[in-house]
Amino acid sequence: MASVVSIDKLTKTYENGFQALKGVDLEIEEGEILALLGPNGAGKTTLISIICGLVNPSTGKVLVGGRDVVRDFRQTRSLIGLVPQELTTDMFETVWNTVTFSRGIYGKKPNPALVESVLKELSLWSKKDSMLRELSGGMKRRVMIAKALAHEPKILFLDEPTAGVDVNLRREMWQVVEKLRETGVTIILTTHYIEEAEEIADRVGVINGGKLLLIEEKAALMKKLGRKQLRLELSEPLKAMPESLKTYNLTLSDDGTALVHDYQGEEGQGTIASLLSTLASENIHFRDLSTRQSSLEDIFVALVAEKAGEDA
Amino acid sequence: MNFEAIKSIYVFEMARLRRTLLQSVISPVITTSLYFIVFGTAIGSRIQTVEGVSYGSFITPGLIMLTLLTQCISNGSIGIYFPKFTGTIYEILSAPVAMTEIIIGYVGAAATKGLIIGLIILATASFFVDIRIAHPFMMVLFLVLTAVTFSMFGFIIGIWAKNFEQLNIIPMLVVPPLTFLGGSFYSINMLPPFWQTVSHFNPVLYLVSGFRWSFYEIADVNPMVSLGMISLFLVICLSILGWIFKTGYRLRN
Repeated sequence: MASVVSIDKLTKTYENGFQALKGVDLEIEEGEILALLGPNGAGKTTLISIICGLVNPSTGKVLVGGRDVVRDFRQTRSLIGLVPQELTTDMFETVWNTVTFSRGIYGKKPNPALVESVLKELSLWSKKDSMLRELSGGMKRRVMIAKALAHEPKILFLDEPTAGVDVNLRREMWQVVEKLRETGVTIILTTHYIEEAEEIADRVGVINGGKLLLIEEKAALMKKLGRKQLRLELSEPLKAMPESLKTYNLTLSDDGTALVHDYQGEEGQGTIASLLSTLASENIHFRDLSTRQSSLEDIFVALVAEKAGEDA
Repeated sequence: MNFEAIKSIYVFEMARLRRTLLQSVISPVITTSLYFIVFGTAIGSRIQTVEGVSYGSFITPGLIMLTLLTQCISNGSIGIYFPKFTGTIYEILSAPVAMTEIIIGYVGAAATKGLIIGLIILATASFFVDIRIAHPFMMVLFLVLTAVTFSMFGFIIGIWAKNFEQLNIIPMLVVPPLTFLGGSFYSINMLPPFWQTVSHFNPVLYLVSGFRWSFYEIADVNPMVSLGMISLFLVICLSILGWIFKTGYRLRN
């Protein structure tokens, strides 16, 4: 697939000397959903702000649709819609006016039919004449998305779209993203909710300390770094680990009521069968069994900790 | 040129004037009427004429200038400061709009508002005193140049200001003294020579004097000098704006 955004050795040092980006290279493919994960202050928002033209880069280059974001800003910004992190709205404006304004400022001729369809899509139609200050936080968030979509962008940036949003609304937001993807829009979202990336992204990038630590297909990342764990709750506590079980990668819980087996991805499949048959022959019965796959969150925490260790 | 964007900003800003009609229009009208009552009636009854013009008529151009300056500066500054304050400026900065288009939209709207209010004051004044406009074309030229220049000046303040105090300090603390001391209510010829010299350092003197000349053909300084000074302010504001947009000062940093 073709790159729709291409970032080359991008750095940003703010006036106060803070270096927010330390040489980021990134290719974003057309039509994908890319999640950028990172703790607060990692550089996610700075990265997005440079691509969208809100912040001037210090060095390096960003191409959007093959054009430079600084030199050809008219062409590049026309392709982009931005939903910023903060809920910033003109309190005294109506939903309709603010969305219409957004379209106009992108140089597009008024198109009430399109604005109507965007508002309906985001369940905002009934609120079109309401002032923004009368809306709930979730509604405002949707207005921000409507504003970003009003000029029919090809690339949509969602900066922490579900920060401070309740569970229902978060699910709703994910559905909106999914629908947008179906229309061919490339979506880049930043988040520190790992489950969000896990739920909707095709690829996941991890940013920390102004660097892109990794970028990987989500499934491949989970497979590569994902650990699995099998937990057996025993019917009778064990005092010590029987000899025959010591060949397996097993740990006995402190109170002796559970056996925990750690394994990596698919490699464990053969060993689990033999482990279970060994247990049967040892006459060890279990009353419950559970498996658990490490989430992106575990991966992420491990990765950030690892890098922090390297830097120290 | 992104004309749709200019139109959008302009229309959006003008919509605010409609929303704040009471504050934007009625209050300057009341203030000006008070000036007429206090200065025109109370003081005017003792002065009667200045250089052959009745005192009430004499102060009208100065009062219009006072309102025009204050309104243009505050509209120009709040227009850009408010989105900066609420954060909605992100949208303008990330849109495919050149800085010149942003200025035309905001400054155009601020100047239009200033002009509308200026003309309302002129109409109000005509209820109190006789108004005669000797050079209508020059009057409009002075009015428009001043409105545009000071809306730009306001825009610069709006970008520079980091809080509401800084935003208000120039329209509230600098403009009124300069206007009062710039010959709005008297001819500087009435002053002792030393203060006449000091007055020539007051930029507002040139605005008021030139504007008054277009009404009654009386002026403290040559009207062409006034025109030159307004043009000079315009060039200064344009240069500062040019620098702001080149460096992204307080906008993209």
